[in-house]
Amino acid sequence: MRMAKGWRLLALLGALALVAGACGGDDDGDDGGAFRIAIVAPSASNDLAFSQSIVDAVNAIQAEMGADAIEIAITDGTFVVEDAAANMRGYADDGYDLVIGHGSQYGSFLPEIAEDFPDTAFAWGTASDTFGLDNVSAYTAAADEGAYVQGIMAAALSTSGKIGVVGPVDVGDAALYVQGFVNGAESGGADVAVAFTGDFGNTTLAAEAANAHVANGADVMTGTAQMVVGAVGVAEQQGVLWFGTQSNQTSLADSIVVSSQVYKWEVVLSDLVEQIKDGNLGGQTYEINLANGGLVIEYNDAYNLPADVRQAGDDAVAGIIDGSMSTGL
Amino acid sequence: MSELFTETAIVATLAAMLRLAMPLLLAGLGEMYGQRSGVLNLGVEGVMLLGGFFAYWTTLSTDSPWLGLLAGLAVGLIMGLLNGVISVTLQAQQGISGIGVFLFGLGLSDLLFQKIVGTPRLIDPLAQIEIPLLSRIPVIGDFAFNQRSIVYIAFLLVPLSMWALNKTTFGLNIRAVGENPAAADSLGVSVARTRYATLAIGGVLAGAAGAGLVLTTGSFQQNFTAGLGFIAIALVYFGAWRPIGVMLGALLFGFIQALVFQLKALELIPVSQQDLYNMAPALITILALVAVSQRFQAPTALTKPFSRGG
Amino acid sequence: MTSRTSASGRLQRTLIPVIAVVAALALGAIMLLALGANPLTGYWAMIKGAFGSGNGLIETALKATPLMLVGVGITIAFRANVINIGGEGQMILGAIFTTGLVLLLPDMSGFILIPLVILAGLLGGALWGAIPGALKAYFGVSEILSTIMLNLVAAQLMNYLLRGPFIDPNSNELGAIPQTERLSEGADLPILIGSRLHAGPLIAILAAIAAYVLLWRTTAGYRLRAVGLNPDAARYGGMPVKRSIVLALTFSGALAGLAGALLVFGSESHRFVTDGSAAGFTGSAGFNGIVTALFGALHPLWTIPSSFLFGGLLVGANSLQRAVQVPQALIVALNGLVVVFVVSSDWIRQRLGLVEAHQPEGNDDEVEAVEVVP
Repeated sequence: MRMAKGWRLLALLGALALVAGACGGDDDGDDGGAFRIAIVAPSASNDLAFSQSIVDAVNAIQAEMGADAIEIAITDGTFVVEDAAANMRGYADDGYDLVIGHGSQYGSFLPEIAEDFPDTAFAWGTASDTFGLDNVSAYTAAADEGAYVQGIMAAALSTSGKIGVVGPVDVGDAALYVQGFVNGAESGGADVAVAFTGDFGNTTLAAEAANAHVANGADVMTGTAQMVVGAVGVAEQQGVLWFGTQSNQTSLADSIVVSSQVYKWEVVLSDLVEQIKDGNLGGQTYEINLANGGLVIEYNDAYNLPADVRQAGDDAVAGIIDGSMSTGL
Repeated sequence: MSELFTETAIVATLAAMLRLAMPLLLAGLGEMYGQRSGVLNLGVEGVMLLGGFFAYWTTLSTDSPWLGLLAGLAVGLIMGLLNGVISVTLQAQQGISGIGVFLFGLGLSDLLFQKIVGTPRLIDPLAQIEIPLLSRIPVIGDFAFNQRSIVYIAFLLVPLSMWALNKTTFGLNIRAVGENPAAADSLGVSVARTRYATLAIGGVLAGAAGAGLVLTTGSFQQNFTAGLGFIAIALVYFGAWRPIGVMLGALLFGFIQALVFQLKALELIPVSQQDLYNMAPALITILALVAVSQRFQAPTALTKPFSRGG
Repeated sequence: MTSRTSASGRLQRTLIPVIAVVAALALGAIMLLALGANPLTGYWAMIKGAFGSGNGLIETALKATPLMLVGVGITIAFRANVINIGGEGQMILGAIFTTGLVLLLPDMSGFILIPLVILAGLLGGALWGAIPGALKAYFGVSEILSTIMLNLVAAQLMNYLLRGPFIDPNSNELGAIPQTERLSEGADLPILIGSRLHAGPLIAILAAIAAYVLLWRTTAGYRLRAVGLNPDAARYGGMPVKRSIVLALTFSGALAGLAGALLVFGSESHRFVTDGSAAGFTGSAGFNGIVTALFGALHPLWTIPSSFLFGGLLVGANSLQRAVQVPQALIVALNGLVVVFVVSSDWIRQRLGLVEAHQPEGNDDEVEAVEVVP
């Protein structure tokens, strides 16, 4: 008797599937000349961190090229790797011109999908591997460059000589930023402690990591990933200086944010879009860095940064661009 | 290691322990009430997230953290009553409905945040209050009596709950309903009303826990609780359904977390091994319970819906 | 007992949860409207995405696989009156064991490797289930506490291994991604149809049938259910109560572990990869499996259609999101609403006398088995 119920349910589903199948499959036509970009991103598109950086960039391209010229679709909050695969496959299936997987963990499955959709352009980052496929592009950020610059300024601003870093998990872009910052700050003679919380979203753990740093005398901090808003909160309450990354974090706490390393993916994305329009679907690796203006140190005007520290920051930027200074990575 | 035994490090660790214990204690006590009356609620985390969001949003709009806290409590109350409808009136499977509530809270809080607030901003946290006289006690005064109001509230709820559970008619009803609902019913105690009441308390306290987190860090982010609600449920079992026990569990978990942070900040743990140390709070909580090897019985009617004559 | 209900009764019994899903989706439609999205477009995309094409059905079957395995495991535990919230951790341990094994034996042929993969997955999950089982049976530690805590431990263990010993040796040291290399092709699950449908769903269905046989056709299964029904009576009757509890959680964990193993070797990437969180790898199947188990009325065979339905819901929700461009958060909230509505609708079914309250007691199969075994 119990089985009968199961089969009836399945039959119902089967019927539903047939109806849906019969009615579908006729649309998806490409209307007009709009260039269609789809983004799959791991956290919220307004996280003031990694995911927001790519959404801002695509919006910037749209603003430049016109709302009619670019159509944008976003699936955010896709921290489940297999779900990201399903969504990227779905966008490719829907006929998007460029499907962006904005997470280094998304590269694991990309070759499989890209081979199934040879006429769709894919891009992923932060990464440098295109798997030898000519419809895959990779993009990466030299996060250590701006990090190194900010590390130098942090060391110059610290009176206690102690600096705290709040990270999520020691991987990918976060690892690159943290190591670059540590090298910069240590070159300026500071003592840097790094605490990884083991989590990207837990603001409480980020706050407590910051509290632990402050208790140990840190008077300048930085951090990366979306959970750092918790750490910035602590920094503001305790009057400790903060350096941001990925997006401009000045709006969070303009009394203590010194500067932010901001990702301008549009610098490489606009080139990528042009290439795809010309029929080159990929095969290239793009990097944003200080030299090409894809990474920018944006200062907080409300914070009164001493001129000599600002000078040191500008010198470091110039030094990295002309190659006379290295982040050690 | 000697850096760890300086006064600053000790005070910082113990103060962090109390802060980290606060949400676990609030949510855990709330869950304890429900379980003592026979209802398991796995949805704590969802209520925490919603309570946290409304506390955050209210504070952002009014600049008053106290109004924010109130909003968090109110949302908790509503969710607690809804939970009553689901678990008591509709007699839904408690484990599964809680997971539904969790997902609902997780999604809705994030959605509202994205649509109403937009980009993350910081809010004023609840003020830090120095208790006169007590805060002047060396060391203890520094970490225990110089906290935010929500931390004091959480710990004051422990004796209050002991009194309510053991010395009041209401407490007697809760225990009766949790142990033997049929008998309680025949003595004229409304099982449904009692369970509604405990779920309402549970909701309010879960809302308070979420609000407390938001009003401590001054920030909101999607899924900011990251599993704390589930840990709070676990601590009810750790504490054998007793307020003191829940408090000890929360303190132990919070202490290990705080200690690990302190070790990281003092650079006593190499970066490559931080993941391993992040396991410590959970592992030690299990080991502590094994070491104590207590054998308290769960409320007999836990997870069993009650209907007259059924 | 319910087998004598009328045909219309049976129809109603099937229809009520469907109506509950519709009611939840109606509430979701209001939310969609509030966000300026067209609910009809959205829900059409949902149905089409999950069931409307060959690819959709394949995606649904793949999504259903871990749900089914975890769900069947949950069912076994539930039958022994043990609540297993540790599916997430058990999946991770299954993945860790099996990945470790394949990394050690990269050149083994598929004929040997695939059975080993399955075995290692079962073993890893079994271990992570046996621990809370033993803690409960011999130390009085609640399985709810230990499984929640072991989930946290497993996630950090996974992070440690994926960043350290397991990491892709070809990745550059800095900014490395927490993932293994492309695992040995010999361990790829055999493909049944097209390029995507691997043997995973089939294995899951076989596991569900095996669980049915275990519970209703073996002495161990009988004991396990007897312990679940009434531990005191079982103890009095001379049954090994403690061993049954350990056994139930071990089986439960083993199936979750297998789900983890299949997730790695049936993934698009053929790697073990995460974003640093447990759910980043499991897709929360360890929790959602509880939902499918209870939708399936805690019956292993019922868990099969229940998993397909729930898997379809998840796959369809992704399509809905893409079609109407609402934040992913709405999908999560909607998912929660569906769960709440369906479990709540059970009351109506009971009121109509269509089905007794589930929970171990009051199941017709139960009675039958009790009579059969001496």
